[in-house]
Amino acid sequence: MLKALNIDPGKCTGCLQCELACSYENEGLFNPAKSRIKVFNFHDQGRFVPYTCTQCDEAWCMHACPVDAITVNRATGAKEVNDNLCVGCKVCTIACPFGTVNYNSATGKVIKCDLCGGDPECAKACPTDAITYVDADWTGLDKMRQWAAKTDAGNTGTGQQAAH
Amino acid sequence: MTYVIIGAGPAGVVAAETLAKTDPSGDVVLIGGEPEAPYSRMAIPYVLTGIIDHGGTHLRKAIGHYENRGITLRQARAERVDPAAKTVHLEGGGSQAYDKLLIATGARPIKPPVPGLDLPGVHHCWTLADCREIEKLAHKDAHVVLMGAGFIGCIILESLVERGVKLAVVEAQDRMVPRMMNETAGNLIKDWCQAKGIDVHTGTMVTQIADRAAGDEDKLLVDLDSGKQLPAHLVVVAAGVKSNIDFLDGTGIDTGDGILVDDHLRTSVTDIYAAGDCAQGPDFGGGFNVHAIQPTSTEHGRIAALNMAGRDTPYQGSLNMNVLDTAGLISTSFGDWQGGAGTESAEVLDAATFKYLRLNFKDDVLVGALSLGRTDHMGVVRGLIQNRTPLGPWKDKLMAEPHRIMDAYVAHAYA
Repeated sequence: MLKALNIDPGKCTGCLQCELACSYENEGLFNPAKSRIKVFNFHDQGRFVPYTCTQCDEAWCMHACPVDAITVNRATGAKEVNDNLCVGCKVCTIACPFGTVNYNSATGKVIKCDLCGGDPECAKACPTDAITYVDADWTGLDKMRQWAAKTDAGNTGTGQQAAH
Repeated sequence: MTYVIIGAGPAGVVAAETLAKTDPSGDVVLIGGEPEAPYSRMAIPYVLTGIIDHGGTHLRKAIGHYENRGITLRQARAERVDPAAKTVHLEGGGSQAYDKLLIATGARPIKPPVPGLDLPGVHHCWTLADCREIEKLAHKDAHVVLMGAGFIGCIILESLVERGVKLAVVEAQDRMVPRMMNETAGNLIKDWCQAKGIDVHTGTMVTQIADRAAGDEDKLLVDLDSGKQLPAHLVVVAAGVKSNIDFLDGTGIDTGDGILVDDHLRTSVTDIYAAGDCAQGPDFGGGFNVHAIQPTSTEHGRIAALNMAGRDTPYQGSLNMNVLDTAGLISTSFGDWQGGAGTESAEVLDAATFKYLRLNFKDDVLVGALSLGRTDHMGVVRGLIQNRTPLGPWKDKLMAEPHRIMDAYVAHAYA
């Protein structure tokens, strides 16, 4: 069974260990600005919300890519960017309605969550289990997925895409 | 069932793949007019910058990708379509019968009525063949004149700058990227380019290009209506594009700016569909428009194919959106970026750092946006517009602080 990141904002304390772990694993430096997971701070409510790619079935980023640089990792279900093929055109960054593909001007390529190949560092670094890596069917991402389905360009009426 | 697709760009390729997957018993024939593997015009500027080689522009990279899916690639140009005989006639005398036909012939560059555009050294930057010519001429310190600073012009501009040419840009409109950026953003892009040493002439027309008969390599002389004359080794013409639909005259297929299609991507003629840059389809913001952009072409291709294969799939309409990197300054535009009657706008501008964000609302729903110097999470603008998310109290927060757009999104979609 595929696994997915499960995010429980109620448990997040805003410590940003996930951002540091992500940027170190993927970019080799402790720099939250280069993290693929972001913690949003709602000061007025005293609330923190970690946020990253859900590896959605619709995969707008992958379908919008003009050079076949984003593919599905069959083992993890992650949509992964191939740096050797990415030209840095950034179309995926505006096509993804979740805003979870970003441009890295230092490399001229886009970056997105790839689940660290199946062992996500953010989940390991989270001290409060706000981010866990669990069987995909158990995650609380349904609300976001439903939201995503509404953006789908060609909706068959069942909430599911007929084909890709 | 024989499915025939004319045009091997992104719309055609996605349609062919979708048809092969959705109706495995059908035959899928993909007709492309150029002697190349199906490729992305969008990627050509990145060949010029040296990020990829010519093969890097190919839409699909795996060997046997088309054969393995039972897709037949046919290199030919469609000359005309005979809907009564359900046949596509090809240049050179061949023909191709179809049961269902998709027209995905894309667009071609406009050649403005300026004397001298046929001279050697004057090129569009549209095909891989054009790319090879530009590669020969656009060497370091070569004098290059770029006609047109629209969206495509600015992408080419970026690659020419990367090649180290001495660049002059001539744009007829009063600002850069006039069809994607308002005055504020378009002028900031111009300031940015000039600070990078690019010679920018807005509100200026090229009146003629002449053979300079010079002893140096600048064989061309470009006359501007301002009276200036620019010697050039290469002139690149990027003065807009138009849908490739002329070959359909006499078929009874209704056309406007492009081929008119309904919300199932059907043309006015039975069993003929259209997709991508040649199609004038439902606009998410209302009406029917040609949106010659990559995301629309792949959506069109997929949805047209599903309907061709008998899966009833209505299209909610394409959202116009663009992202552009002009010599390092990144800009985006989404949906109704102009705003106007019935909309409210919030803006934040820091001209010194080339940062700008404008959000347009209808009631408490985001309907359009423009940005400059901002790359993080811009996709949520698409999400908020296309989901017609009622922003409630966040509308007022965004009117006061537009840069909190991502907070507004997270608060709605995921909290």
